[in-house]
Amino acid sequence: MRTLFFLLEKEFRQLLRNRQLIRILFIAPMIQLILLPLAADYSVKNVNIAVLDQDHSPTSTKMIEKIKSSGRFRLTGYADTYKQALAMVEQDKADLVLQIPLHFERDMTRENVGKLYIAINAIEGTKANLGGAYLSSILNDFNEDIVTESGPINPSPNAPQITVVSSNWYNPHLNYNLYMVPAILVTLLTSIASMQSAFNIVQEKEKGTIEQINVTPIRKYIFILGKLIPFLVLGLLLFSMGLVIARAFYGIIPLGSLWVLYGSATVFLFSMLGLGLLLATYSATQQQAMSLAFFFINIFNLLSGVFTAVDSMPNWAKTLVETFPTSHFIKIMRSVVLKGSDFHDTAYHLGAMALIGLVLNTWAVLNYRKTA
Amino acid sequence: MIRIEHIGMTYDKGRVVALQDVNLEVNKGEIFGLIGPDGAGKTTLFRILTTLLLPEKGQAWVNNYDVVKDYKAIRNSVGYMPGKFSLYQDLTIEENLNFFATVFGTTIAENYDLIKDIYVQIEPFKNRRAGKLSGGMKQKLALCCALIHKPDVLFLDEPTTGVDVVSRKEFWDMLKSLRKEGITILVSTPYMDEATLCDRIALIQKGSILSVDTPEGIVHSFSGQLYAVHGQGTYHLLQATRGYEGVASCFAFGDALHATFKPGAQGPALQAYLQSKGHSDARVDPIKPGIEDCFIQLLNQ
Repeated sequence: MRTLFFLLEKEFRQLLRNRQLIRILFIAPMIQLILLPLAADYSVKNVNIAVLDQDHSPTSTKMIEKIKSSGRFRLTGYADTYKQALAMVEQDKADLVLQIPLHFERDMTRENVGKLYIAINAIEGTKANLGGAYLSSILNDFNEDIVTESGPINPSPNAPQITVVSSNWYNPHLNYNLYMVPAILVTLLTSIASMQSAFNIVQEKEKGTIEQINVTPIRKYIFILGKLIPFLVLGLLLFSMGLVIARAFYGIIPLGSLWVLYGSATVFLFSMLGLGLLLATYSATQQQAMSLAFFFINIFNLLSGVFTAVDSMPNWAKTLVETFPTSHFIKIMRSVVLKGSDFHDTAYHLGAMALIGLVLNTWAVLNYRKTA
Repeated sequence: MIRIEHIGMTYDKGRVVALQDVNLEVNKGEIFGLIGPDGAGKTTLFRILTTLLLPEKGQAWVNNYDVVKDYKAIRNSVGYMPGKFSLYQDLTIEENLNFFATVFGTTIAENYDLIKDIYVQIEPFKNRRAGKLSGGMKQKLALCCALIHKPDVLFLDEPTTGVDVVSRKEFWDMLKSLRKEGITILVSTPYMDEATLCDRIALIQKGSILSVDTPEGIVHSFSGQLYAVHGQGTYHLLQATRGYEGVASCFAFGDALHATFKPGAQGPALQAYLQSKGHSDARVDPIKPGIEDCFIQLLNQ
């Protein structure tokens, strides 16, 4: 234990002496955490729409007004022909084309049926999908308005109607920041924890200092602990900084207790640092460690449900994601921050992370051979 | 103190032979030199003896501890100074020394006597980071760190490579004073002139030990008489000498050539031959062989 203390003293001294690294480690994530949530927002605004109004009736004008006033769309122009409208899509001026055919109003009032045509530019998948969906829902609303207005004249069929009213629990206004900021913080911790611990050990290999350590009576697991603890402390500091930024810039105040957050963060860092230490035992140079770490970080950050829901992934992917500490911690973070979950609620994810961490760290200690 | 029996080691799945049936015995309190060119297997042998590498074949004991089974005991009782400077460059002299002392469960004060003579030379810079030291100072610090736990055996892998002549001489003086403390020293070097400073030496080449003896013993074992050939134009002189049929071997050696003869041939005859070949200033004199001459002779056998 005394040896561990001296190792830690040495590690912290070296870490604090590397000013440039400390600066990068704190400033870079800070900038990312402030900027990324602003941009990583799924709510689609400013969908450019071109309107081809061949009807020129009060109804069509009203419909266009309704679309314009929704705030989601930006009317980029009126086209006279369909060809013209399509040209606007080709020139990237419009994402959507709404065609209101001739006699639309007449057909609506006489035959109770009006047909509209929507063309969607599907190059940007999300925008196209959501833009189309928004437009459909606006048109639905509009349709209901017409039905209500013209109710007495054209009584609607007496068929039973299902009305669905949804309310968003835990995040009533679907505020994306509430949802994204905690997840982005987790992805930042993922990369820093696994990379820095890996680089630190590999650096000792590259500089040869590990040889000198290896001929001393220092035990393997003490050496690994000596590397793990400083980065655990660093990770928790970064985590705290992240919570402060979430509060200061996004007004996010976790509903749950800080104990749960910090407890989970510690277990999470333990598992991610274990990954870094393990990668280090397989790498001879920092370049190798970097390449290996990138492989895992990319997969962890993309598949762990930051942007896409894990539930909608194929089964094999879901099983795979179960082994990602990042995914578990994102779930914990979101539920603690938004829902106020306690240790009991997060027990499954905490246990999973602890197990993963235990496996990775044990593996790292076993694979770090002093004799090779 | 160190016993090596039939040690063998290969790299790259047996394609590169690093050590081949190496047998050695180093006595307590002697400075034992491992002399050989780069790639001879010196570092591999050091890494096996310091428990950093498991030997494929054979057995070895350091301080009566088996290098495989009793590696923990060995790590407590030996000091190792690798060929490459491998202390923490971002820690100061004092911090490095302190760190290695504490890791071995001791303090600088406890063994200060042992390192005092060396440490006083770098003490004025004790707050300087190791990375900012000159080569000679780095080497002294590394020696201090290897000695701080009062080891029984000291392994020095090419300690003087890349160090200036004066520092090299100082370094060997330090080793001599350490020997007085009863520390056994195994030192490797590619410099033949340092071989004579050891109590005993082993010549190593391509993973095999060629000869083990005292430096004088090695020199005495030189077979035949060695001649030095002096003259203008070393290259042409070498060609001409090698062309003489009585010559057994001839190598360039600094500004002279060192040659041996087949039975029956003589120095004066070569001198006359060279002069007839246009090397009018050629001179052939009998000389005493050095370690390097012995090494080259052993290599050619």
